[in-house]
Amino acid sequence: MNILSLFPAIPAVMMLGLWISRNIRQIHAVMVSGSSLLLALAIYLVFSYLGMRADGQTAAMLFTDSHVWYAPLNIHYAVGVDGISVAMLLLSAIIVFTGTFASWKMTEGVKEYFLWFCLLSVGVFGFFVSVDLFTMFMFYEVALIPMYLLIGVWGTGRKEYSAMKLTLMLMGGSALILIGILGIYFGSGATTMNVMEIAALHNIPIQMQRIWFPIVFVGFGVLGALFPFHTWSPDGHASAPTAVSMLHAGVLMKLGGYGCFRIAMFLLPDAAQELSWIFIILTTISVVYGAFSACVQTDLKYINAYSSVSHCGLVLFAILMMNTTATTGAVLQMLSHGLMTALFFALIGMIYGRTHTRDIRELSGLMKVMPFLSVCYVIAGLANLGLPGLSGFVAEMTIFNGAFMENDTFHRTVTVIACTSIVITAVYILRLIGKILYGTCTNPEHLKLTDATWDERLAVVVLIVAIGGLGLSPLWMSDMITESVIPMISHILN
Amino acid sequence: MEHTILILLLPFLSFILIGLLGTRLKPTAAGAIGTVVTAIVAVLSYWTAFAYFGAGRDAGTGLFPTLMPWNAVWLPFGGDLHIDMGILLDPISVMMLIVISTVSLMVHIYSFGYMKGERGFQRYYAFLSLFTMSMLGLVVATNIFQMYVFWELVGVSSYLLIGFYYTKKEAIAASKKAFIVTRFADLGFLIGILIYGFYTGTFSFTPDAPALGAAKAMLPLALGLMFVGGAGKSAMFPLHIWLPDAMEGPTPVSALIHAATMVVAGVYLVARMFPLFIGFAPEVLHVTAYVGAFTALYAAIVACVQSDIKRVLAFSTISQIGFMIVALGVCTSADPHQGGLGYMASMFHLFTHAMFKALLFLGAGCIIHAVHSNEMSAMGGLRKYMPLTHVTFLVACLAIAGIWPLSGFFSKDEILAACFSFSPVMGWVMTFIAGLTAFYMFRLYFNIFWGNENKELHAEHRPHEAPLTMTVPLVFLAAVTLFAGWIPFGEFISSDGQAYHIHIDWKVATISLCVAAAGIALATWMYMREDRKVADGLAARFSGLHKAAYHRFYIDEIYQFITHRIIFACISAPVAWFDRHVVDGFFNMLASVTQKVSWGIRNMQSGYVQRYGIWFLGGALGLTVILLLI
Amino acid sequence: MIRMEYYLIVSTIMMFVGIYGFLTRRNLLAMLISVELILNSVDINFVVFNRFLFPEQLEGFFFSLFAIGISAAETAVAIAIIINIYRNMRNIQVKNLDKMKW
Repeated sequence: MNILSLFPAIPAVMMLGLWISRNIRQIHAVMVSGSSLLLALAIYLVFSYLGMRADGQTAAMLFTDSHVWYAPLNIHYAVGVDGISVAMLLLSAIIVFTGTFASWKMTEGVKEYFLWFCLLSVGVFGFFVSVDLFTMFMFYEVALIPMYLLIGVWGTGRKEYSAMKLTLMLMGGSALILIGILGIYFGSGATTMNVMEIAALHNIPIQMQRIWFPIVFVGFGVLGALFPFHTWSPDGHASAPTAVSMLHAGVLMKLGGYGCFRIAMFLLPDAAQELSWIFIILTTISVVYGAFSACVQTDLKYINAYSSVSHCGLVLFAILMMNTTATTGAVLQMLSHGLMTALFFALIGMIYGRTHTRDIRELSGLMKVMPFLSVCYVIAGLANLGLPGLSGFVAEMTIFNGAFMENDTFHRTVTVIACTSIVITAVYILRLIGKILYGTCTNPEHLKLTDATWDERLAVVVLIVAIGGLGLSPLWMSDMITESVIPMISHILN
Repeated sequence: MEHTILILLLPFLSFILIGLLGTRLKPTAAGAIGTVVTAIVAVLSYWTAFAYFGAGRDAGTGLFPTLMPWNAVWLPFGGDLHIDMGILLDPISVMMLIVISTVSLMVHIYSFGYMKGERGFQRYYAFLSLFTMSMLGLVVATNIFQMYVFWELVGVSSYLLIGFYYTKKEAIAASKKAFIVTRFADLGFLIGILIYGFYTGTFSFTPDAPALGAAKAMLPLALGLMFVGGAGKSAMFPLHIWLPDAMEGPTPVSALIHAATMVVAGVYLVARMFPLFIGFAPEVLHVTAYVGAFTALYAAIVACVQSDIKRVLAFSTISQIGFMIVALGVCTSADPHQGGLGYMASMFHLFTHAMFKALLFLGAGCIIHAVHSNEMSAMGGLRKYMPLTHVTFLVACLAIAGIWPLSGFFSKDEILAACFSFSPVMGWVMTFIAGLTAFYMFRLYFNIFWGNENKELHAEHRPHEAPLTMTVPLVFLAAVTLFAGWIPFGEFISSDGQAYHIHIDWKVATISLCVAAAGIALATWMYMREDRKVADGLAARFSGLHKAAYHRFYIDEIYQFITHRIIFACISAPVAWFDRHVVDGFFNMLASVTQKVSWGIRNMQSGYVQRYGIWFLGGALGLTVILLLI
Repeated sequence: MIRMEYYLIVSTIMMFVGIYGFLTRRNLLAMLISVELILNSVDINFVVFNRFLFPEQLEGFFFSLFAIGISAAETAVAIAIIINIYRNMRNIQVKNLDKMKW
């Protein structure tokens, strides 16, 4: 069996294991062993990928494998990875691993919860390993559906409303994607749905590209929180349980950016060049707009959700710049945002689990009460506002440098506008830290609260180590991504 | 010179160690780790300086060589652009190494006494280590982007240290303000770097000639934007507002970060880019001079009426940094003999100012430690209680006022000479500000140590001399202040790198000495006596001006207005409203329209058999009619 | 001679009377009776067509006999349902029976 097929297979096996487990200890055992295995596998994959590249393997996709699945439509189960997907797989494995620990204290419907959680992981991993349009789409759907139940059943607040909104909007997006990939497949006249082969054919007429590009881009853009299709994100994240927020903001939103690049731009390059300006404007709005909105929110999760809109906007912004540096930055930003937003949501969940409120007006002086969580919150905040040495800086600087390489007034203007987000980010992050962590604790109830337990510490520390690791020595990751981005960009630009 | 890497690594390791162990470490142990590491760094820095300057000039060019013992790609941006991390040794960076490690060591020692028994002692030392590492990294940066990286890091360590007393409301607000204002300025810096990098194709400080030629048109813009960043860090008007508030941090921190090292980063930046400024953007350089001069004047005026001693010192710092910027800005060529004198003067003043301003702050710390208040009203007559602090403080005051033979005299004299050679107006303005400096410093001095003693307060809580850990740094810095003026600074640092022999322009020196003496005399007359008739009378006569100056000419209020009324109320809140009600409202509307339509369709499915019958019949008839018609 | 059209007229009238009754009666029993009318009108048609158009064949007769049998069974089932409805709801007014749409 191909190593890549293990990624969706392990969560599937975990589901079986969960099904037969009888108590919470067994459930935890299954989850921990499975997610550690995934993490180990992802790390192994990174090293073996780098090893194969070092040995001079120059194929665009490595570890490829393909089986006919439905012959009449030429649908294959085709897998393969390049530097971008390896990075995304590593990210997903880290988030699944930490997400498991972040939901350690769950008491109701644990088994079902983890079952859906694993199904979600199947979808996510499957999406990143596959290179066949239809398989990708299928895994995409697999990742979406559990979301509805996870939020609707285990969520908080207006959970039914949020779950419905999120699912409907994302389903709307996926309907566009389905139309788009069929358009691409039939337009190209390819004999398989393999992304690389369709790209190599490169014969979709420009008139058709003009139709399919916006459709596919918006379809994936909904998931990537493209303005004005981002409104599922604040409500959805606010209602979702901790680990689901982590996985959703950390990984699922990356599906959007990844799909925009790998399908919309890579397969429809001519239209991408022609129409990119529309989406550049939209993403610039996302970046600034998300940041400004975050400044006045009062719910911790809303702040982070809007901040995600801003940061994911930056991802789409960067890939639309269509040069190697910016796109590398986009992938780095996906990684970095995934890690730090997961950290944020994990910490918010932990704080909420203790104080039972996420309203920043009711929280204060937590630094004295729970120093560990608070310090980690500060670190997450600093990563978010782009402090050097943490991952956010690396990604943002790469993006801004890349965007600045586009030498015309339009691109320059939007780049400068996007740059202002780093100031606004500082404003809302510091406002948040000042309000909830600093000061004196005014609520006597909160004084009795305890600091993080071992499972929470583990989840948080793993994420912080990853953020710091990426931030301190970005070179290897950046090189790995750039190597894979170069051929794709040169294909897009012909 | 490979050992220089330790200068950066050691404080970083100490930060990690103290930070991770946290409260598991005894306070004294944490302090000891931080201090010992800083001491090693200081020794290494001195050794580096000794070895570097001792190795002498290059025989051919007559310059000190620019060494780069370490440099490696940290983050590539494609093409030729990449951020490198490394160590660059040239005269100014070596000089800065000495300044930073010396002041940092003094502050580390001093903090043992000052911060004794504080909650979060370990955290304090961890942050100090972080700051020391970042500041050292900033000055040895091999390229502009590395400088930016550490620039942000010093910003954040400053944020963390200002907010050290995180339960205090003012401290939180001050730390936030400091970070956001400098961050805003850094936006300019970043864009400047982006322009610079794009057009010259490198982030290095010394692009090669063809690259510079290609970038010629854009360089003034890039350098101007970089200066905006520098102005933010160095508290130039109108980005100075964070510095006075930053005094909410512990006093030793103010001495280290907000007096001696971090706030001169902007000056250092301009000095670093000096060859480019002179070569390609002299107009921008002169703009910086005007900004600096205005800031110096503004801050000096405000400093005359503040009642919080740390605030006075903060404004004095702003004013003195204004002097350094002016000195750089008035340069008209790279030759120190023909209009390039300011460069050397600025660096010299940076060096001496770091020492005596740190001394002033540390002295102020002793005083605050003794009377538990920052307000002048709680002081007066302290010379009897704290003789050592009194003497060292006086030395520093004389130095900053520019009295021969203290260090401040020499550096300020060079600055004034440079200003006079630029234009007489600039020269006289700066001389006037120098006089103001002497006046407000001695106003401060007399109000603390002489004048009207707050006897009730002192009876209740008798002020006492600070412990040894605090006075030793005072004495050391006072000694440096006494003798630093005799260092032949121009032999090491000058605008073209050649040896420059400092010669005192006695005409300028006489004027400045007279003005300083006049300022001191005025302050003595007004504030030395126990009754302060003249001072109070003047304050009453010009109450409007006094009040405006006391409130720093309402610049903070303007900012408050802009941030709260405009950014929050006029941008963020409407954007958030728009998002909830228009964008989200649109999708909710889609949903509700769908729902309404569904309800409509669903009503056809009423459940009444007879209504179904009618539909059935109608349908059957309709179909029949259609079929018949076709 | 009674012509075929007369039978058809009668059965048409019966048919529409039945439809009218089915659509307007509020009582389930009355509706059931109306349905019977419709069925019987169809039976008449079968028989009449068989008798006049294809006298040598018997499918029409058999079919109407078959339909009478089926309708008897169907009526029994319907009345059983109606009785059950009556037991549950204490009346058999058709306007109360909108539960089927849920």
